[in-house]
Formats: sequence, C-alpha cells, structure tokens
Amino acid sequence: MAETHSLQDLRQAAVTSKVFVQRDYTSGTICKFQTKFPAELESRMDKQQFEETIQTLNNLYAEAEKLGGRSYLEGCLACLTAYTIFLCMETHYEKVLKKIAKYIQEQNEKIYAPLGLLLTDPIERGLRVVEITIFEDRSIGSR
Amino acid sequence: MKNCEYQQIDPGALGTSNTRTSTTLPCGRKNSQRPRRKWEVFPGKNRFFCDGRIMMGRQCGVLPLTIGLILITSGLFFTFDCPFLVHHLTVFIPVIGGVLFVFVIITLLQTSFTDPGILPRALPDEAVDIERQIDNSGSSTYRPPPRTKEILINDQVVKLKYCFTCKMFRPPRTSHCSLCDNCVERFDHHCPWVGNCVGKRNYRFFYAFIVSLSFLTSFIFGCVITHLTLRSQGVNGIIQAIQDSPASIAELVICFFSIWSILGLSGFHTYLVASNLTTNEDIKGSWSSKRGEESGNPYTYNNIFTNCCVVLCGPMPPSLIDRRGFLPPDDAPQTVTSDTELPPFMSKNDANMCTQGTKELLESMAHSSVIQSTCAPGTPKTAPVSQESLLHTISITVSPPNRPPSTGCSGHQALRPIDVSCSQKGNKRAALHTHKPMLRVPSPPCSLGHSPIILSDAPDMGFIPLN
Repeated sequence: MAETHSLQDLRQAAVTSKVFVQRDYTSGTICKFQTKFPAELESRMDKQQFEETIQTLNNLYAEAEKLGGRSYLEGCLACLTAYTIFLCMETHYEKVLKKIAKYIQEQNEKIYAPLGLLLTDPIERGLRVVEITIFEDRSIGSR
Repeated sequence: MKNCEYQQIDPGALGTSNTRTSTTLPCGRKNSQRPRRKWEVFPGKNRFFCDGRIMMGRQCGVLPLTIGLILITSGLFFTFDCPFLVHHLTVFIPVIGGVLFVFVIITLLQTSFTDPGILPRALPDEAVDIERQIDNSGSSTYRPPPRTKEILINDQVVKLKYCFTCKMFRPPRTSHCSLCDNCVERFDHHCPWVGNCVGKRNYRFFYAFIVSLSFLTSFIFGCVITHLTLRSQGVNGIIQAIQDSPASIAELVICFFSIWSILGLSGFHTYLVASNLTTNEDIKGSWSSKRGEESGNPYTYNNIFTNCCVVLCGPMPPSLIDRRGFLPPDDAPQTVTSDTELPPFMSKNDANMCTQGTKELLESMAHSSVIQSTCAPGTPKTAPVSQESLLHTISITVSPPNRPPSTGCSGHQALRPIDVSCSQKGNKRAALHTHKPMLRVPSPPCSLGHSPIILSDAPDMGFIPLN
C-alpha cells in the first residue's frame, strides 16, 4: 500500500477488529465474494459504497477468469510450446491481478483510510477472504 | 535431507542448536538481517528448490524411476533403432521421436515442479472468525457436529467441509492431501509417478504428459516392431535380428507394459476432462446417480468441447502461496513459534480437541489481538508487556503442533496413510514444546515437518516479542 498520509496515520492506530468477507460459491468455483454488508461496519461506512467495492472486485475477478477466445488462444499457444511460454509471458490473470491491486490501493486511499478502515488484497490471503481491518476512531484525527 | 529445508531457518537464526543441516540456509545464522522468503516457513510438506522457484511434494515418490524409464527407453531407441530406420525408412523418425521425447520431459517436469493449486492456510484471525461463526450457528453440545456448510451451486447442494489443518472451509472441489499436508484446489489425485499432487494449476501439464507419453510409447513400440520386422526380412530371420539388436527387446518389453497402463490412464483422463470431473470426485461417486437424489455434476458445461476447453485451455490461475515473497523481518521468529502457540485443535480427536482448542484459541487470540494490531502492517512490535501476558496464555495452551486433523478433514481423502504416524510425532513435539516461551523456540522439534496450522503467506502474528 502506498504510504499516503492517511494510511500512515492508520499504522499508528490500534486495530479494533477485523472483518472477513467470505467467498460466495453459489456460482461455482469462480472467485467471487459475498456482498452482504457486515454488521461491524455499519457504524463506519456506507452500505452502498461497500457493495460497490465488492462488486467491482467480483467483476475484475470474473474478467480474469473469463473463458473466451483470448484465454483459449493463450491456452492453446501455451500447449503448443509445451507450456514453456508461461515462463516468459505474464498471463492474462496476472495482468488483471495487478489491476485489482491498484484498484484496492486506490480505494484504500480515497475511501477506506479516511474512515479508519483498511482493505487487504485478497491475493494475500489466498483469495479466501477480503480482510477489512478496523482501526480505532481516535487515531484517524480529522480527515 | 532436503525435506527439512523450510524449517531449519529459525533455529539457526535464533542461535540454538539446530536441526539438521541447514543446507538451504546459506547464512543459517541469525537472522534478522537476512530477509527470509515465505517458502522457508511454508507449513505444508513440500520441498522447495532454487530459492522457492521449484516445488514438489515431500516424497518424490517414483519420479526418478519415471524419468529413468523414459530416458532409458528413448536413449536405447535413438541409439539402436534410429540409425537402422533412418537408413531404411526416413529421417523423420528420430525427428518425431525427438519432438515427442522433449514434450514428454518438459510436461513431466512441469507437472512435478508446479504448485498444483495449494491454498495457503488461514491466518489466526480468520480462523477465529470462522470459529466464532460456527459456534454461533452451531449447537452447544460437547461434541460439536461435523463442520460442514451447505451451499447451492447451480441448483445442486454441495457440502463444504471444514479443514482442521488449514482452518478454513474448503472451497468446492478442494481436497486436503495428507501426503503433502495441503489443501489443493480442484484436487485430482496425488501422483507418485510425478511426485506431486495434481490439481487445478498443473492438471493440464499432467494431461499433456500422459497423452504425449502414450504417443511416445506407441511410437517407439511401432518403430521397434518395424525395425525388427525389417531386419528379419533379410536372410537371417527373426532370431538373428534380435541378436543383432538386443536393446530393441528391452524397449519392446518396457513399451508393451507401459502402453496398457498409460493408454488406459489417458483414456480415463480424457473422459474426466470431457465431463469436467476430477479423479477424486469420480472415485467417490460424488455426482453419480446412485446417490438416490437427482444429482449431476454442477460444474459441467454439458458440452464436451466446452468442458475440454475449460479444463485444458482455461485461464491459468496464479500460485496463491507466494513462495518467493519476503517475510517482513519482524515476523520471522514468530512464524516459528506460531507452531507452538496455536492450540491443538486438531491433534487426534478432532471433536474433543476442537471444543477445547476453540476456547483456547479464542483466548489466545483475544490476548494477542493487541499485539497483532501493532504488528499487522509490519511495524515493529512494541508491546512487550502485553506480549508477556500473552506468553502466559500461550504457554499453557501450547501443545503439539497439530498434525493433520485426523478424521476431520481427512475423512474423505483418497490417500491418507500418514495420519497415524503424524499424530504420534506430533505428541513428541508437544512434550518438547510445553513450557517453552514461544519466542525463541528452537524449531528442531518442528523439523519433522509438521508445521501447524496457520502459517501462510504473511503471518501477522505479532506474538513474538523478539528481542
């Protein structure tokens, strides 16, 4: 995460608790997180904003795992080269993961840090959960 | 022994008498200066080479035999049969043979050395959160009900089981491999011939390997038969032909026996690919109609072509375990100790231990939450006092770093011969660990490879006071 002023403030704050947004498997094994608004965040942020963040993340992951001409082409090309192409080329999935990391950083800087919250990129948790750390109010000061 | 590489670090770093040879630790010494990579503290039973770039299952099984057989057969083919065939037939024979051989070797190595789709274990915070949810929704009887969660996928009821080792509900199609002690996504099977699990990320390599190997063995078999036939058409007959080229007989024998099994396996996996099933599901009959209810595979696209494309040419997911990432320097010691501090939740009697384990875990988590918070983003730990109190709590709860949950998640695995021996080893470790403050716990006892539970990528367990 970039060291912006507000994020730095967060580092000195004490963590009150962590909320974990679990995966939603109703559409199968694709990476999708539940959009249900956790009770612990009710006092801190807007439900709409939260849902929007999670929905955007879900859409980005869907893009990464999309089955279509492009991914098939990548797969066939890889097969023909005995998969050695994976050693040199960045896959589509990895490119989208970078996009996701940027999006999360941006969300943290603009929206979550001022509210005393911090989103952790799910890839750091093995794509199991979206971890939201809740910091104590007082250390956030007035932003 | 290479299999201890990822655990030797700390002891060396802490200056205690170390475990075995820290062959992989260049500067086994003390360590706060040398940043460690995450593969070094990986809790599963895997081996890592080339500083985390290559990984395999712990027991390489018969991989050397597989490679040896392929090399020997191909070597004999190129040396003894090709010259004759090039002379009498065409130069393309060794060319085709060469291409097939290279393809086979590359796909074999990729199957063996790629992360099959291991899921990193849940961090303590997550585990506690899940526990809390289970406790809230579950009953209060002494023996908690088996931990499962039911969800609907494409109108099909699918049960998600809780993995006691990895402390999380396993995603659909995920299974815990006891040989590797990891949860693997889209777990197919653990293949001793390649010395690794076959899962989501390396299934395509495995499939390419067995298909190309079937082509190679059939090709060699055909060429050798042609060779011997052509030779025996000369004046001398078949016996003379065999005497002139004895290596061909060896090749014939190897290929003959391999073809049956490899072709059979290729056929079986082609069926699995076309139906979007895994070996594990097929063996357990998860979606067969025998179950009485209307059940079908919820993951299939009901079209052979689509299923094949999805399984073999779908997007390649990244490795979730981040082997080569660096551990934040502060966390280094903790990872070792985290072994000890986590309660035993799962030693053997999952049920009994679970209830105790849960409470203890919750206690320790509560104590540690303060510390963790200060450490979470990687800042230096600065709460010695609370850490000491934590120590008190922890030392009481310290117990055998859990070993794979015996029955809990193993319940349905294809292979699990190791569980029993593991829990025994776990007990010994418990004795050693009981009164050690986690901090500088020498990890020698851990070196058996039974890391506990929650070590995963970035353990932000600020337990250890470090210094």
